[in-house]
Amino acid sequence: MNPLRRLGQLTLDALARLGRMLLFLLHLLPALPLALGRPRLIVQQLYSVGVLSLVIVLVSGGFVGLVLGLQGHNILSNFNATESLGVMVALSLVRELGPVVTALLFAGRAGSALTAEIGLMKATEQLSSMEMMAVDPIRRVIAPRFWAAFIAMPLLAALFSMVGIYGGYFIGVVVLGVDEAAYWSQLVRQVDFDEDTVNGIIKSLVFGFVAAWIALFEGFDARPTSEGVSRATTRTVVNTSLAVLGLDFLLTALMFGNS
Amino acid sequence: MSDALIEVENLSFRRGRRVIFEGLDLIVPRGKVTAIMGPSGTGKTTLLRLIGGQLRPDRGEVRVEGRPVHRLRRDELYALRKRMGLLFQSGALFTDLSVFENVAFPLREHTRLPETMIRDLVLMKLQAVGLRGARDLMPSELSGGMARRVALARAIALDPTVMLYDEPFTGQDPISMGVLVRLIRTLNEALGLTSVLVSHDVAEASQIADVVHLIADGRLVASGSAEQMRRSDSPWVRQFMEGEPDGPVPFHYPAPCLEDDFAARTGEGA
Repeated sequence: MNPLRRLGQLTLDALARLGRMLLFLLHLLPALPLALGRPRLIVQQLYSVGVLSLVIVLVSGGFVGLVLGLQGHNILSNFNATESLGVMVALSLVRELGPVVTALLFAGRAGSALTAEIGLMKATEQLSSMEMMAVDPIRRVIAPRFWAAFIAMPLLAALFSMVGIYGGYFIGVVVLGVDEAAYWSQLVRQVDFDEDTVNGIIKSLVFGFVAAWIALFEGFDARPTSEGVSRATTRTVVNTSLAVLGLDFLLTALMFGNS
Repeated sequence: MSDALIEVENLSFRRGRRVIFEGLDLIVPRGKVTAIMGPSGTGKTTLLRLIGGQLRPDRGEVRVEGRPVHRLRRDELYALRKRMGLLFQSGALFTDLSVFENVAFPLREHTRLPETMIRDLVLMKLQAVGLRGARDLMPSELSGGMARRVALARAIALDPTVMLYDEPFTGQDPISMGVLVRLIRTLNEALGLTSVLVSHDVAEASQIADVVHLIADGRLVASGSAEQMRRSDSPWVRQFMEGEPDGPVPFHYPAPCLEDDFAARTGEGA
């Protein structure tokens, strides 16, 4: 195939995929309120996408906090402003690193698992057999997983930020001797709930929506072969990561661009 | 015909450029076991999916109980599917649910029966396929034949009027093959079903089928009882029924003339 034709084919494929993604969402949206009627299915999924992601999120949050504490102390001490360490760590986490890094970790830990699970259910005809039993797989399988991811993401991000703030505290206050009262009081005074925390939560919700959408779509759209499922899993991680980073820039510009 | 439960009329279906069916007509009589046979790749599974409304025909229609499947609204289609059981070739059991929960799945989804009644119904269905004792096993712990029987119990959980079997005998050892053959026949009698099985296992399928349809190249080639098929005048039908390696369906895939092919190679080498 000549390169021009190849380029055209790739573009068409990408557009077709985007179209299928939108159709998938249109099919999913009306199923979402219905899925709330069966909370047990959502709770089961919350366990597998949320609780099982806790370890990686908490450990990463801790390390990110430790690094922020070290770097922050390093820089702030040049300006004799180490008492602002708490604010710096907290704002970095609540506004940016909490939602973004959690979403990236989520894509790797839970998103890939969702894609593989749905893809394998498709490959082994479980989705098809469900349809033949007059059960809509979008409603029974996809919607509860979507809710679980959407709910879990902001909670995980909040935990990430919390552990990170304690990580910064450990390095700054316990190891490097920053004044404990200053660390907390500055943090409490300067982290604004409406401005910072709420915006962080909004980011998390957007990322949760996108991560769940991509992961579930890729599984549902996977070619029903082992190769197809493996490719879909890769695409989930790559596309979610890119979407999260791109959206983060957009959201940051919208939220904090004018201040 | 009033005793036809499923009617396929002038059905055409293609996948991409490949023609699967071209003007296929056939009838599945009510209350009988009908075997649809044909070589691999003739679209037997596709036909089941067209009957179940998972695929749409390009032309023609499939009618179940007199109603064209692909023109039903979604809720009507789902109502029809509740009266239709499909046994997938792979079994398609839900791997995260136990045997019991697999069979209970359609009951839990479509009824609001109390737990005790669901338990009784599930055990009855499992008893019918001889696996009441396996209720606590997970699908990964089942042999291929057992998995297919569990899937069968699940397919009959809602007491369907039609059972569709997709290659039920493929990959079974002789004992579980015998069990399945007997099960399909006895379930058809005991539950007053209409059964359709697509298969290329001629011996087993013709053993239990009241009616046999042979399809090839997208069309119905012959139909009748198994006995009529075996005595058919058509060399193609006889080749298929007797499983002869060569005949109207050649052993060799179409290729250039043997001499030319080897001559060409010698030519290349020179």
